[in-house]
Amino acid sequence: MTDKHVETYTQDFRSYCIGGLLALILTSLAFGLVVFEVLPNFERLIAISVLAVAQIIVHFRYFLHISWHSHRDDLQLVLFTSLILFLMVGGTIWILFNLHEQMM
Amino acid sequence: MKRQPLLHPGLNLGSTDEYSHDVSEPIIFGFWVFLMADLVLFAILFATYASMSVQGQAGGPTPIDVFDLPSAFIETMLLLTSSITFGMASLALKYKADSLHLVFWLVLTFCLGAGFIGMELRDFWVMIQQGAVPQRSGFLSSFFLLVATHGIHVTAGLFWMLVLLLQLRVFGRTTEVKLRLMRLALFWHMLDIVWVCIFTFVYLFGVAQ
Repeated sequence: MTDKHVETYTQDFRSYCIGGLLALILTSLAFGLVVFEVLPNFERLIAISVLAVAQIIVHFRYFLHISWHSHRDDLQLVLFTSLILFLMVGGTIWILFNLHEQMM
Repeated sequence: MKRQPLLHPGLNLGSTDEYSHDVSEPIIFGFWVFLMADLVLFAILFATYASMSVQGQAGGPTPIDVFDLPSAFIETMLLLTSSITFGMASLALKYKADSLHLVFWLVLTFCLGAGFIGMELRDFWVMIQQGAVPQRSGFLSSFFLLVATHGIHVTAGLFWMLVLLLQLRVFGRTTEVKLRLMRLALFWHMLDIVWVCIFTFVYLFGVAQ
């Protein structure tokens, strides 16, 4: 490795280490909240959802190296896919739960 | 140091292999589009599971009866560690001239992935022994469909890894093999992201409610 590569190696290595550490902490927090029954029920579900979203962002940032510096529209593609997923999943859950209530 | 622009998702080869780096952009972007489409498949299964797990229990076992949280935690740790070791493999691909480091990290990743699949099959077996079979209720059908679809993806990733280890041996570190490994890395990290949703919205939600 040349000197220039040593520098980028340190950067890249650090990225995976930070990502791995953050992911481990977030995972353990989420499981800890449920196992030790911290917080009331509804708040706990909100908390683990937020932890999941945080962990997904960590994975995209540190493992998949998606950032504002991307050359192509990688980030925009992720955000657009997230929008589509949100509409499909949110819409399906809304309609089916509403239908379920009407049928009770 | 000025930050090099990233041409594509995942670890960029950059100045360590200028030629491969230059040709990588459209190839990896195409695979990235496939991965986004694959996420849509998983999203639909999640939506089905979300309604079925509450409304489709049909008097059968509930999530809290059949989920084994310690086992799910071990599976999560196995898959997360395998993501980190694949990161180390990507670093070895980019920076190490010899293939020894690369093969070591790939084999370690393979073992962790295989351990994950083994644990998952054990979980399924225990559930089936308890009578929690897919045909019992809508909840169980959608559970097995969602989690096994992820499991099949991981299994495909394991086969892919074996094939690439073989290609590394036969062809060496050519541009084609490097780009294939980089696409497998994206696939592997993406499956870890899907698993984050599974352990949160299937296992933790099922037990917390």
